[in-house]
Amino acid sequence: MNAYVLIDSTTMLRRSLRRMRRYPSLTFFIAAIPVVLLLLFVFVLGGTLGAGLGAAGGAVPGGAAGDREVYLAYVIPGILLMTVVGTGQGTAISVAMDMTAGIIARFRTMAIARAAVLGGHVLGSLIQTALAMAIVVVVAVLVGFRPTTDPPQWLAAAGLLVLVGLAVSWLSVGMGMATGSVETASNVPMILILLLFLSSAFVPTGTMPEPLRWFAEHQPFTPIAETLRGLLFGTPFGDDGIVAVAWCVAISIAAALWALRLYERMPQRTPA
Amino acid sequence: MTATTTGPAAITVRGLRKAYGTQVVLDGIDLEVPVGTVFALLGPNGAGKTTAVHILSTLIGADAGEVRVGGHDVARAPDAVRRLIGLTGQVSAVDGQFTGEENLRLMADLHHLGKAEGRRKVAELLERFDLTEAAGKPAMTWSGGMRRRLDLAMTLVGSPRIIFLDEPTTGLDPRSRRVMWDIVRELVADGVTILLTTQYLEEADRLAQRIALLDAGRIVAQGTPAELKRLVPGGSIRLEFGDTVDLDRAAVALGEAARDDAGLALQMPNDGGVHALRMLLDRLDEQDIEVDGLSVRSADLDDVFLALTGRTDGRHDDLQVPSR
Repeated sequence: MNAYVLIDSTTMLRRSLRRMRRYPSLTFFIAAIPVVLLLLFVFVLGGTLGAGLGAAGGAVPGGAAGDREVYLAYVIPGILLMTVVGTGQGTAISVAMDMTAGIIARFRTMAIARAAVLGGHVLGSLIQTALAMAIVVVVAVLVGFRPTTDPPQWLAAAGLLVLVGLAVSWLSVGMGMATGSVETASNVPMILILLLFLSSAFVPTGTMPEPLRWFAEHQPFTPIAETLRGLLFGTPFGDDGIVAVAWCVAISIAAALWALRLYERMPQRTPA
Repeated sequence: MTATTTGPAAITVRGLRKAYGTQVVLDGIDLEVPVGTVFALLGPNGAGKTTAVHILSTLIGADAGEVRVGGHDVARAPDAVRRLIGLTGQVSAVDGQFTGEENLRLMADLHHLGKAEGRRKVAELLERFDLTEAAGKPAMTWSGGMRRRLDLAMTLVGSPRIIFLDEPTTGLDPRSRRVMWDIVRELVADGVTILLTTQYLEEADRLAQRIALLDAGRIVAQGTPAELKRLVPGGSIRLEFGDTVDLDRAAVALGEAARDDAGLALQMPNDGGVHALRMLLDRLDEQDIEVDGLSVRSADLDDVFLALTGRTDGRHDDLQVPSR
């Protein structure tokens, strides 16, 4: 049976990719949100926030060109993470659609490796993240994003983003299964967006009130954002890198186990 | 337990129980389905038909009892069971975003048929189910009958030896229903075992070698269609009268009839024979009782239930008997 896990996962991945190809607007929509946020943050808020960054102290990436450029460099990790979280929302929706649409009952009465059905969603989600990320990065470069580090560090940043993508994808698959309706599934990942705002992704944690600051510094997105910032602009990030990877691995494993358990025990919503 | 079975059993169920909280859905079910036959689980909505099918097809677990499908225990060896079965449930298991051909190809890939064999099988099924023309269009644009055929075609990609069909014709127009019946007959001719659920006595009668009547989680009768019909000799005759005087006199004259005072009517069982009907009318004539209206009804599921459970309470209002 286990020999088929890979084959079945590939089959399910092909299904996700075909859906992506058939409905490309979803990928563009997923990329649109971080792009709009990037433009808003840089051109509307960037001047003031950039000026504030210097005053707040702490590590400021990107040299000392102008306030707007300073903030552009600062917010890039936040925008990249927003892209990952946005894709998660799409994944939760398509998983919930699968669950409510009888096809999952068919899969569950077939001798398919159970990890394959969900694994296909996760792999598809990762590829969609990469595509949306490419669009976002192109726009970021167009408005002036220039990483100051070398390609090996860029690769490390990309690697970390893949890990974050893995964690968010499994979490979204679980959320998509747990909610049981497409409407709820489209809202639940909002929690992740809120969590992202309550981190150092958009502004440093230094100016936050004490309890919030404590929370911000101990939740996964802050070490992840700090590590990305360091890998792209050379700011010091200490052991944040290890903490970030640990968070991603731990969340991926826990969320995958959770999702598989939900899949196994999924109740039937049809009348008796 | 079945009285006589020919050949080995494809499905054996002993003492199957399932409850959701305090609500008992299946209360000790015994079934045996011989290989290569059609078995119908007949009952109204809420009788437990779908729950039984979901347990037999490994979707949900049972609380108690032994269920063997194709010789394997569904609880202990679900994957062995899954390799033998196919399920077409009430909820469409078709992916509407994809075309009919893509849906079938997905099944072929998941059954590891290989490229050439998969393509051959998909083409064969599209042809057989008369879906070739629409094969390239997304399934969500198809009609209900076509989607149901695709659903069954997807079940057949893996050439299952045991097929579960949960209300395969509910909501279909008469023509699509007939097409579905023909497909079931072809499958059985190929040696496939089919367990289907239905609310329609006629459907069970036409397709099944054996029928089990399920009511509120219990099997109230089990047998061949002929055996079951013997339990309900025929339909009924309803006589309507102009006033209570005639109604009273007729009730005395006919004895065994059930009274409907509000409708000024009497209802009595009848085997559908013309002779019995004539005798009945003669008896009323002799007494000079005037009959305002008369209707003859042939046996339907309601009568079977009345005969076997002694009630036709509100729960059975949803019984549907098509093409009377």
